[in-house]
Formats: sequence, structure tokens, C-alpha cells
Amino acid sequence: MLLFSRQGKLRLQKWYVPYQDKLKKKVTRELISTVLTRKPKMCNFLEWRDLKVVYKRYASLYFCCAIEESDNELLTLEIIHRYVELLDKYFGSVCELDIIFNFEKAYFMLDELMIGGEVQETSKKNVLKAIQAQDLLQEDGNLDFVKLPPTGFSEKELLS
Amino acid sequence: MPAVKGEGMRGLAVFISDIRNCKSKESEVKRINKELANIRSKFKGDKTLDGYQKKKYVCKLLFIFLLGHDIDFGHMEAVNLLSSNKYTEKQIGYLFISVLVNETSELIQLVTENLKNDLGSRNPININLALHCIANIGSKAMAEALGSEVPKLLVSSDTIDQVKQSSSLCLLRLYRTQPEAIPKGEWQNRVIHLLNDQHMGVVTAASSLIHDLALTATDDYKGAVSLAVSRLSRIVTSSYTDLQDYTYYFVPAPWLAVKLLRLLQLFPPPDDPAVRGRLNECLETILNKAQEPPKSKKVQHSNSKNAVLFEAINLIIHHDSEPNLLVRACNQLGQFLQHRETNLRYLALESMCHLASSEFSREAVKKHLETVVNALKTERDVSVRQRAVDLLYAMCDKSNADEIVGEMLDYLESADYSIREEMVLKVAILSEKFAVDYTWYVDTILNLIRIAGDYVSEEVWYRVIQIVINREDVQGYAAKTVFEALQAPACHENMVKVGGYILGEFGNLIAGDPRSNPLVQFNLLHSKFHLCSPGTRGLLLSTYIKFINLFPEIKPTIQEVLKNDNQLRNADAELQQRAVEYLKLSVISSADILATVLEEMPPFPERESSLLAKLKKKTGEAGGTIDEKEPGKEKKEKKPQQLPTSIEINNVGESSTDEMAAAPPTLSMDLLGLDNTPASQPSVMSLFDTTAAPAAAPMNNTAAAPTNGAIFDVFDPTPAPGDVTSLTPGAEESFKKFICKNNGVLFESELLQIGVKSEFRANLGRLGLFYGNKTSYQFANFSAVVSTPETLQTALKVTTDQVGTVIEAGAQVQQMITIECLREFEETPILHVQFSASAAPEEIESVGSGVRQFINVKVPVMISHFFSGVAMTSDDFFNRWKQLSLPQQEAQKIFQATTSMDTEIDKGKLIGFGLTLLTDVDPNPDNFVGAGIIHTQESQIGCLLRLEPSKNAKMYRLTLRTSKQLVSQRLLELLLTQF
Repeated sequence: MLLFSRQGKLRLQKWYVPYQDKLKKKVTRELISTVLTRKPKMCNFLEWRDLKVVYKRYASLYFCCAIEESDNELLTLEIIHRYVELLDKYFGSVCELDIIFNFEKAYFMLDELMIGGEVQETSKKNVLKAIQAQDLLQEDGNLDFVKLPPTGFSEKELLS
Repeated sequence: MPAVKGEGMRGLAVFISDIRNCKSKESEVKRINKELANIRSKFKGDKTLDGYQKKKYVCKLLFIFLLGHDIDFGHMEAVNLLSSNKYTEKQIGYLFISVLVNETSELIQLVTENLKNDLGSRNPININLALHCIANIGSKAMAEALGSEVPKLLVSSDTIDQVKQSSSLCLLRLYRTQPEAIPKGEWQNRVIHLLNDQHMGVVTAASSLIHDLALTATDDYKGAVSLAVSRLSRIVTSSYTDLQDYTYYFVPAPWLAVKLLRLLQLFPPPDDPAVRGRLNECLETILNKAQEPPKSKKVQHSNSKNAVLFEAINLIIHHDSEPNLLVRACNQLGQFLQHRETNLRYLALESMCHLASSEFSREAVKKHLETVVNALKTERDVSVRQRAVDLLYAMCDKSNADEIVGEMLDYLESADYSIREEMVLKVAILSEKFAVDYTWYVDTILNLIRIAGDYVSEEVWYRVIQIVINREDVQGYAAKTVFEALQAPACHENMVKVGGYILGEFGNLIAGDPRSNPLVQFNLLHSKFHLCSPGTRGLLLSTYIKFINLFPEIKPTIQEVLKNDNQLRNADAELQQRAVEYLKLSVISSADILATVLEEMPPFPERESSLLAKLKKKTGEAGGTIDEKEPGKEKKEKKPQQLPTSIEINNVGESSTDEMAAAPPTLSMDLLGLDNTPASQPSVMSLFDTTAAPAAAPMNNTAAAPTNGAIFDVFDPTPAPGDVTSLTPGAEESFKKFICKNNGVLFESELLQIGVKSEFRANLGRLGLFYGNKTSYQFANFSAVVSTPETLQTALKVTTDQVGTVIEAGAQVQQMITIECLREFEETPILHVQFSASAAPEEIESVGSGVRQFINVKVPVMISHFFSGVAMTSDDFFNRWKQLSLPQQEAQKIFQATTSMDTEIDKGKLIGFGLTLLTDVDPNPDNFVGAGIIHTQESQIGCLLRLEPSKNAKMYRLTLRTSKQLVSQRLLELLLTQF
């Protein structure tokens, strides 16, 4: 799973199959350029090598998953959406900057939603509960993320 | 400056802001380097860092890595964080490990220790962290170290739900990585019952695990069927309020529903009528719901609802037993074909392709022909158009072939470049398969060449010629049509090839018409001659000599052309040779001899169309696997094997020695029909002897490299030492010797012998190469290196020992090569040997002395060497056989036997290939059935084989099924050469 911006900057990467670093970079480059050249009205799926790519754009950020032949495309789209909802709920009107500054949180949240490339928990409540439980374990109990006031166009809320 | 809330890592936030404030790439790199230096000195410094600082720096490193920079330190500090008792420190440590440490790292040992500790911890939060980490990077070694711990956690009664979820999926990862490392046991039965668990999250996670476990052992998990059906039934009949937070935009538990539907696709329709009835009810309910008005306008609602629907349709197609459901599914998809959502149109086209192959729904699919054609013409997204092409291809039969082929041809003129070649192949296949009237077929193919000549691959025009030659009724028509097509001022070279060939064979059928009399035909063809590539020119020269036979009246004109310096002194050896020989043939042989030599081509034996193979490969290639870096290169490699059906024509069209060498001996008749008229052969040969033409080589085309070799002899005083990089002649043949055995001679010349002894165990192999100097002088500057094509580098790890640079006269040196198979592969590493035979000066004349020798041979290692045989019962075999029933998992070929078909010999070959032969499996005792597992580091690939000899017809049918298309194909290619 890859998250990247409209400018082609990678924001988050998660690999569920082991690849060499070189190959990872190559795949990333290829996917970003393939997805960025597609027009808005086109369908969200495409065949890519022996995999299927499912992607969706939220404001300035693209979420992109490569799935296997037998996986369900529409539901992959909704996993992406659920992930965005979770981020939104947690950060409160999430925007790209939140993910940049709190990338580790974004990772933890993804781990709660999916493990090893398979959905583990689809209930929003349960995932957030797990994340909040983690936060409570912080030394001082404070929320451990940096929230920036939204300004400028690159900080558009993803769910808008 | 951003406002900082809470007590997060301030330093990190500041650093990220700094990076974002950088105006240029250079300043960013500068800032990063500064930070890296800072962190490095902190890590190296005397002051011990506290947990917080370590965490902060490790986090910064992570961020730098995410920006695309390489990180080569800090791993140790991250591992230290793992044993921290502060949760956030541990968590960041695991994150770093998950993102940055790969399977092969030396630190894995340490990480595994920490994982073990955390798994054994009493704190579920720590256990979960460890499970997540394993699920992220789980390697073989980890599977071995932790494979027995995780199942215990999964089924233990005091495990909390969250840990159950994580451990299911963690186990799944380990199982995918190294199935053997997971001990079998009681837990397997308990896992099935997780489908009944109260916690929906647990069921969701467990169903993924059960799916994969059942994939290879359907029988052991039969019990899951009824549980999955009842769970599914409870979901689809519940209202959206029942499942609370597991309802997603008014759709009850879509993820779980889809997983259950996929799990059920591993099994045949349930035997128990009650279960079966319940399942069909579920499927009907899902189809009914699709007709209900949406509960929400949100796209999330319709997406998840339709995701369940499509998966249900997949299950209906998989069962292929309920006509009513199949037709309903088809009608539903028909509605989607016109939906305004592009995604749905795409998926509907894709899904309908599968429906088209079911006898129950075939007719229903055909009703949508018009809509699909429309999609092809109007869809704005090429990936959707591609799906439309696929569907048209799938739904085509005799009743609509005319229309579909017509529409595809129409569309081809404006089609996207990316899909043209595939479309051309599809049109060619359909028009052949469903031709009622072969004039229509000829028209279609010629149209194809006219519209999309550049995309017409050789197989397509080879095939049309084969068909015309085999069908007398269409020959006159073909000659006439192709003659007309050639009159276009600009016509594609492929048209010239087809035209040249067909007129050469059947031009006489239209010569009665003054508008296409012999001279007109000849002039028409010759007017294209200078525009064509050497290959085509060669073909045209053959046409000309055939014209001399067909139309003696224009013999002088043609002889003039052959005599022209452009031909007789052509720089291209092949063309020159043809011109010289054909000219001589026309001068000295009587009409009788000419008629015999140039007799009409005999019909081709009926064979499976090579186009299908090509299409299969083409689609495979367009997809390609992720590790194929140069599909083009691979295509070239494979070419010899896929050409056999068209090799006859090829021999004349081109002089590629590789391809000739690869032609099975039985197919080696050539254009002139020499081999088919053995009576005339001696006379022709003696004819050439008296003429002292440079060489008669191209006439007996079975020798491997005669053309080039012969010319070398004439013009080059030194014997050809062999090319620097291309394969040494015969390399392909000796490679084949190692398909069914491990030891033998890989190469032998007057100077050098290379022997091979090899042994393989699991995914490891060791090859001993023995270089024997057969001469009486020393070899100097000897070197032997192995190169692996780039595409192979992710599949094979090859380590080669050094050898000394000198081999004394008569001596033998040994070189060891170790090979580790990481994943499946089809290419071969190449062994490059070079040396100087340093003879004394007076011996300089002797063979090869003083000349740098280059030998390039294929290292005899192929995927089949990593086989280990598997014995199984008849039931097991058939179950597995059925599981591997997807078209891409199977590779099959019917072919002419080239051996004596001796049962014992064949048996020996299959055992040598690495399979365990299974007796009492196939009802026909003459057939061979075998099973084996290919070991690669990445996975174990089960492989089933069936070889059916038919002694009467002297044919074999060979079928291979494995879970990977590439492997099935490759094994088939390898084995084909052995029978």
C-alpha cells in the first residue's frame, strides 16, 4: 500500500510481500507515475503486471493498493476509505500534513486495520479503541500527535 | 512554526518543519545530511542516550528513509528500543524494524529473540506488538523460530479477542512464508470453529487464515463449509442495525461476507442438501438486495454492497451448477454494463467473461453483444475497453463470429496502440476458429494485415499460409485476393510475405486471367522487392524460383533478376547464396527435376494453433510478474520453443540458426519440399557438387549453423573461433540433455571438454564443472564466469568459484558453482569460457591455436532441478488436480513423438525430471501421472503431471498443473523436448 501526493511525493509505504529495496523503489516509481497520469473520470482499477491496482484520490493525497487477481476490487476501495475515516476521526479533519508529521501514528493505525495485507478489524470503534489504549500508555497520558492549523491549499482535509 | 500540542517528539516536529521549509532539493539534502551527521555522532558519542532520545533519533531516521534516502545505521539502536519497558519506545522500535529491516538482515536473530520475549509476555499489548511485527516482516527463519508459538496463542482459551485477531493473521503470514514450519495439530480443528466466534473481528481475521490453510488441503478443512454458510446466512439476513459497528454504510459486515464467499469458492457445491439450500438462499438474497433501492446515496454504500454481489457471482460461476442463479447473475451484470459508474462497468465486463464460459449462461451473455460493442467504441478509459475486447473474445461463437470479428476489425483502425497486438491475435484466432466459409477467413486476415500490419506477428501470417495450403477450396480465392491486395500503392511488408508465398504456390490458379498473367504477377511482386527487409527478400527469391517452375515462359525475365549484381553480389550472405543457387538450379536442371524439387507444398499436419499459445503468452507478458524486468528479452529467449508449428516457413524467411536448431527433427521439411521427396534429393545434391557453388548448406537446412559457417570457411582463413557473446552452436542441444539427468558432458570440441556433475537438495544446488584440456599444449588466460540475465537475478543466487588461469596439456580443472533458488525462473545463467590455446609457433597452423576461444553455453540448471517428488493417493491427487483448474495454472500440449515411446524409458525420464510417479491413479495404465514440489526460497510450488501416450497415433498429450502459470509453462517447455 502506498500513499503519495499529487506531486508524486511518497508519504507512506507499506509492503506486505518481501521485496528487495531496489525493486521496491522501482515499483513505487512505476506505480506513482502510472496512477498520476490517469484522468479523474477513469475507473479506479487497473491491471498492472500480474496484479491489480486499486487507487483513490482524497484531496491532495492518493491512496494506492496493489492486490492479487482474486481479491475484491470494490472492497479494497472501501478499505482505503475506512482507513481515511479512521485517520480523520483520530486527527479530527485529517489533512496531508497530519500524515506527514505523525507518520508513525498513521502506521500504527494501519496495523490495527490490516495485518499482513488482510483486514483484521473493520469496526471503526474497535480500531480507535485500540489506538486510544496505546495513547494511554504514553508516559504522561497526553495525546501524542502534532496538530497543525489548516492553512493553504496543500492542507486540504482529505474527507472534504 | 507549527503549534505543538501535547508532549510529542518536539525535535522531530521541528526537523520535519525544517525539511518542509527547504526551498530547493539541495537545501533539503543539506539539512538531511546535517541531521544524519548529528544522529550518528549522538549514537557514537560517549554519553549514553536515554530511551526518549533514542526513540526520537530512530524516528527521525525513519522519516528520512520515507523521504527516499538510504539509511545504513541506527538498526542496532532500534533493536535496543525493543527491550525498553516503555511502550512508545518499544512501539517505535518495532516500527523501524518493520519498515527498514529486511529478511536477510543479520539483526534478525536479535529481533527474533525480542519477539519471543514479547510473545511470552503477560501483557497483551506487548504480544500484539510482536505479532504485528512478525506479520510485517515474517521471514523463513522467523517462521521456524516462532511457528509453534503463534498457533498456541491463537487457540488458547485465555487469549483476548484482539490477540486472537492478530495471531490469526500473523500465523497466516508465517504459513505463506514457510508452511512446513507450522506444526500440524489439534489447533487446526479449533481454528475452523473460530468461524463461530462471537466477535466479528475474530471471525474476519480467522476466515483469511482458514482460506489459505484450506487452499492446499481442502479435505482437512471441509468442516468449514457448513460453518461458513451459516455465518454468511446470518449476515445477509440481518438488518443493518443488528451488527452495529460492523455494518458499513448500511451494508452488514461486507468484509466478512466477501471473505466467506471467497472461502466457499475453494470447495465444490456442498453435498449436504440442507447446507446447499441455505447457501443458494443466501446467494438469492444477495441478488435480490441488488434490486432494492439504495439505502444511501453514498458511493461507499453501493461499493460495499456490490463488492458482496460480485463475490457472490464469482461463487455462482465457480459452482457452475445452478442455471437459474447464473442467468440472474448475468442479467444483473447486464444492468451494470450501462451503469454510470466506470468501476461497475469495468467489473461487469470482467465478470461476464467468466459467465460466457458456462453453458448455462452463455446464451444470456450473448444478448449483451450490442452493449459490449458499444463499450468498445465509446468507453473513455482504455482499461475498460480492454475488458470489452476480452469479453467479445469470450462470447464469440459460430453464430456471432461474423459480427464480432467485423466490429473488432472496425475498431482496430482507431484502437489504442497498447491493445492492438492482442486484438490482432484475437481476431486471427476467432476468424479461424469460427470460420464457416474460408474465403471469409482469408478476407479477414488480409484485412487485418492491411489495417494493422505492424501488429501482425509472424504467427498470424504463418497460420494463414498453413490454412490456405491445407484447404484446396480456398487456394484460388486466396491467390486472387492477395493479388488484389498487393496492388495497393503502399502495402505492408507482411502482405508482401503472404502474397509472395501464396502466389509462389498458387499463382498458376489465377494466371489464366490476362490481368494477372505470370508476368504481371512477377512484376507486381518485384516492384515491392527493394522496399523489403532481407528476410522478405529471401522469401521472394524463393517465390521467383517457384515461378520459374510454374511459368516457364517468364524464366528469362526472372533469371535476369537473379543475375543482377544486387542479388549475386549481395552483401547479405543468405540472399547471395539463394540467388546463386536458384540461378544455377534454373539453368542446369530439366523441367522434370525442377517440377520435383519445387513441387507444391504438402499439407501441414493438423496442429493446435500456435496463435493460442502466443495469446496466452502475450497476456502473461502484458501482466508479467513483478520481477520480470525485461519482458522483451525473455520473449526472445523463449521464441524457439513456441515456433514449431511455423518453423517450415521460417526456415526460408529467415536464417536464424537458433530457431533452426530448435526445430524438432520431424518438422524439418523445408519450403522446397526436399525432405519430403527423398527420391529427388540425391540428384539435387549431386547437381550442386558439380557446380562448385559456395555451399549447398541452406538446402539441407537441418544442420545447426551451416549458413554462416560455410561462408566463414570461404572468406576467412582462420577457423571461426566463435562469437564473443552469443551461444556456441549446440549449446541449446546439450542444455536439453540435462533436463532429465544431472550429470553429463556439457560441451565438447577438439580442444576442450566441459563435464558437469550436479546435485540438488530443496532449493539449493551444487554444480561441479570439469574443464578438460584435450590438446597437447597449455591453455593460457583461461577464465570461466557465469552471467545471469538481469531478470534472473531476483530468482537465482549463483556463486562461482574462481579457477586458475592456466590449464596444462591433458589436465582437468574443477570449478564449483552453488546455486540458490529464490523464486521460480525460466531463463538460464550463461557460462562464458574463454582461453588462448598457446601452442608453439610451428604449430600455429593447427586447429584453433593462437586464437582466443570463446565458448558460451547454458549452465544446466532449470526450475525442475529443485523438485522433490511427492507420493500421494489417488484421491489426493485428483483433489489437488481439481484445485488447480484455472486455465492459467494448466499447460498442455499435444505433440508428435520423436522417440520410440518405450514405457520404461519414458518412466525413467519422468523420474529423472524429479517427479514421483504415481501408480493406480490414472484409470488408463498406459498413462503416467506424477507429483512433485518445487522448492524455492520464496515458496513451495506443488506440481502435478499427466502424460498420455497414444502409440497408435505416435502422439503424446502432456499436461502440467501448478499454482503458477510461469512454472506450468516452463516445465512443459522443458519436458516437450524429451519425448
